[in-house]
Amino acid sequence: MLSEPLPCSCGLNHIVHNGGLYKRPFNEAFEETPMLVAVLTYVGYGVLTLFGYLRDFMRQWKIEKCQNATEREEQKDFVPLYQDFENFYNRNLYMRIRDSWNRPICSVPGAKVDMMERVSHDYNWTFTYTGRVIKDIINMGSYNYLGFAQKAGTCQEAAAKVLSQYGAGVCSTRQEMGNLDKHEELEKLVARFLGVESAMAYGMGFATNSMNIPALVGKGCLILSDELNHASLVLGARLSGATIRIFKHNNMQSLEKLLKDAIVHGQPRTRRPWKKILILVEGIYSMEGSIVRLPEVIALKKKYKSYLYLDEAHSIGALGPSGRGVVEYFGLSPEDVDVMMGTFTKSFGAAGGYIGGKKELIDYLRTYSHSAVYATSLSPPVVEQIITSMKCIMGEDGTNVGKARVQQLAENTRYFRRRLKEMGFIIYGNEDSPVVPLMLYMPAKIGAFGREMLKRNIGVVVVGFPATPIIESRARFCLSAAHTKEMLDTALKEINEVGDLLQLKYSRHRLVPLLDRPFDETTYEETED
Amino acid sequence: WESFLPSQVLVQPVQLICLYAPAYHLILEGILILWIIRLLFSKTYKLQERSDLTPKEKEELIEEWQPEPLVPPVPKDHPALNYNVVSGPPTHIITVNGKECINFASFNFLGLLDNEKVKSAAQASLKKYGVGTCGPRGFYGTFDVHLELEERLAKFMRTEEAIIYSYGFATIASAIPAYSKRGDIVFVDEAACFAIQKGLQASRSNIKLFKHNDMADLERLLKEQETEDQKNPRKARVTRRFIVVEGLYMNTGDVCPLPELIKLKYKYKVRIFLEESLSFGVLGEHGRGITEHFGINIDDIDLISANMENSLASIGGFCCGRSFIIDHQRLSGQGYCFSASLPPLLAAAAIEALNIMEDNPDIFQTLRAKCERIHELLQGISGLKVVGESFSPALHLQLEESCGSRENDVKLLKRVVDYCMNSGIALTQARYLEKEEKCLPPPRTRTGQICIELDCCLGFLFPQIIRMSVLHYSDFTLDIQVLPLMALKPDWVTGLFQYGTNAVRGRMLNFGTGE
Repeated sequence: MLSEPLPCSCGLNHIVHNGGLYKRPFNEAFEETPMLVAVLTYVGYGVLTLFGYLRDFMRQWKIEKCQNATEREEQKDFVPLYQDFENFYNRNLYMRIRDSWNRPICSVPGAKVDMMERVSHDYNWTFTYTGRVIKDIINMGSYNYLGFAQKAGTCQEAAAKVLSQYGAGVCSTRQEMGNLDKHEELEKLVARFLGVESAMAYGMGFATNSMNIPALVGKGCLILSDELNHASLVLGARLSGATIRIFKHNNMQSLEKLLKDAIVHGQPRTRRPWKKILILVEGIYSMEGSIVRLPEVIALKKKYKSYLYLDEAHSIGALGPSGRGVVEYFGLSPEDVDVMMGTFTKSFGAAGGYIGGKKELIDYLRTYSHSAVYATSLSPPVVEQIITSMKCIMGEDGTNVGKARVQQLAENTRYFRRRLKEMGFIIYGNEDSPVVPLMLYMPAKIGAFGREMLKRNIGVVVVGFPATPIIESRARFCLSAAHTKEMLDTALKEINEVGDLLQLKYSRHRLVPLLDRPFDETTYEETED
Repeated sequence: WESFLPSQVLVQPVQLICLYAPAYHLILEGILILWIIRLLFSKTYKLQERSDLTPKEKEELIEEWQPEPLVPPVPKDHPALNYNVVSGPPTHIITVNGKECINFASFNFLGLLDNEKVKSAAQASLKKYGVGTCGPRGFYGTFDVHLELEERLAKFMRTEEAIIYSYGFATIASAIPAYSKRGDIVFVDEAACFAIQKGLQASRSNIKLFKHNDMADLERLLKEQETEDQKNPRKARVTRRFIVVEGLYMNTGDVCPLPELIKLKYKYKVRIFLEESLSFGVLGEHGRGITEHFGINIDDIDLISANMENSLASIGGFCCGRSFIIDHQRLSGQGYCFSASLPPLLAAAAIEALNIMEDNPDIFQTLRAKCERIHELLQGISGLKVVGESFSPALHLQLEESCGSRENDVKLLKRVVDYCMNSGIALTQARYLEKEEKCLPPPRTRTGQICIELDCCLGFLFPQIIRMSVLHYSDFTLDIQVLPLMALKPDWVTGLFQYGTNAVRGRMLNFGTGE
């Protein structure tokens, strides 16, 4: 057992290259999948597929009852709406463990949560609610990083007041009649919080990406996107009409090569130089638990005169000594990031997203953002929740509560990650990231882990293909400042037990430095025609 | 040669050549053979390699390259840059830029935004669940209120299933690409709203625009496709086909000819997706939208999408239809899977709004009557024409004749809007992203909120003020008729005085003296 903090050679290795850029140790690890586990995982999928075909065969011959919803009789001769493979996967693989997702809860999604008990009498095709409530499940799944998901307290009181004054909706867009004084107040506060000139808020985090990237880049521009970027960034990039090239996850060599090639070779076919290059990265990657190598990204961006779009959905509030995100975590200046994007859903316990940056950028977005012109603006009570929670983090409410929460989260993160590693699990990501993926690998263990943990009154998130690579199924814990040491200890004890039961302790403590991972020079290019 | 060995066949000629050929010949041939071998094993010839740049040259190129700025500068006086600031609740009477106005600009059709019942339902939910959900639906972001709202919406619309999204815009924009993929064909009305356009773009399908509400044009395209299909039946068997239309068009204010569309649907085996953001909670006897308006079986529509941001005065959107279709979005709707779920208080507000709609079906009649009255009153203003159906709660006022350029038209309409605003009537110019829209509608002023709770006096005041504004900027008008006050129908006048706010009364008096 390793008692000291893990000697992560990747951090050290990297400091040799770009050490000057980092003001703090950067310890990030992705332990290699053991060969036997990888083989067994593929075998597992093989068996599932075989049984899938067998059961489809039986369904076709009416030996087994087919529970799928079917097309209307009148439309049987239409072109089929779904492709076969997609349905095959849902019917035969996803359906077996469907109970691990969409579990309905009936309380505030805080550190402990109440869940509606549901049972299935037909192998997950349908669920029935028993009417019972499973009380006080330790919630390791919600993105409640700073514990602002509360049903009482200053934020809730302020939101209630605004709700009774303004109502719930807005019924108009920002450019028409939906620009309330509350929105203006929020945007000024966000700009101050981020340390940027100006900011704009939007009604949905997902749409902040997908509706604003097209306003920034277009045909003749190049987007360099991390391979593990969130679906919203990918969608935004696609909608923009720009050329998209993908670099290896958090791999700066791959990024630099793409940047260099792009500028040297220009656009394909026409050979014109690119109009501009936009790099899309996230602060914390929600499935890997890794933190972007921001100092290096910024150095590259400056060297190659490109622009940087930083999505802080998971990192805002959750990183940095005063919760100002990944920029503060690395001790950098927000001026070096061209577009600071983030969401209010996670750390602030509200909904929506923002973009911060230079005044020219925000003025441009106010005029041309799809969201400002065509989408309804943020609901006033939600805005108030953001304002009060943000002020709390900034200490402007006159208390130390916010700062204490940020520190608590950092402590919880280090403690929880360290203990899991000591137990022998394979844990991905950065040691400071509150997103903690625990590798399960095999498809059968996805469902088993989710169910076993729920039996022990702990709510966890499990993810498999297609959200992750096919053999890298995992469980994910999201830490919160609201978790007490007792809760974490209880959770750790149960995880340890289930880990033994399901034989999940794969780690051989042989950490592979990130830079030694095979670096594949082929890049995937996508052009919108 | 008694035993004939195969090797001898080869060996003998070689021996012969070696014996009789001159030495220089042999050497030359040897070199040639080596040359061929070299050619065979050398790397393939590449154009790029020959023009390979030295690292220094590359550096120079990188040094030379000057990108465009991230965003072009926006002129300070751009009309969209300075938003109107609404202080206080955005209800019937709003304070815009410090001035109190009657609100004709929000989509609060049923006046549910400041309904006390809705507010208290949202309050109760806030006390129980807090504000945010801190997760997508899949990962502990499904609340019992979400399930209840989905069930209620499905029941209200009389469909099998409904699915809710946390953002109105994302609803249809996520639903279309969940079904229609690369290679599929979508027939879409050219006046379709921006959310539909974005959904189509995300789907990367083959898009065929037909003229607005022109069924002959649609049928022409469908026929064209049919002949195309006959040429390549194998491809046709896997090419999905969709028609995407709006119930009540956001950009034009008119309805789609749904009965004809249904006929075409079965004739050419195309699925219909219907966007009902404006018609849901407005049209039909019970507010079920365009299907109820035309008396059409809702099962004939494959998918109905609407947002909850207009009539329901909440946030978010929903899709409804048969489970066979809707359920697919729970894994494939991007805005559903990858986004945090709707804050429970907004879901609770929507449920309460549905309750009110179910308990008072007459509100839809009242709304319709008001829309028709206003539509009638707005007729005959010289210089301006009203676009759209008489029962549409969003009316578009458009210049009868353009003043030459779009820019000038926009400016002129802005003056009309400003004048109205100064007179205490908040209207809005319909905003479009001119570069992005597929078929840009002409500049218009939109009156969104013809709210049923507004007293009928406003129905009088409103066109009056518009008329006044036209009078005021009479450079483009010919003959202006301003109704004298006395010619008012008596019930309007009583209605007017029943409406108690001093602001309105004061304005009314000004009008009297103004004439």
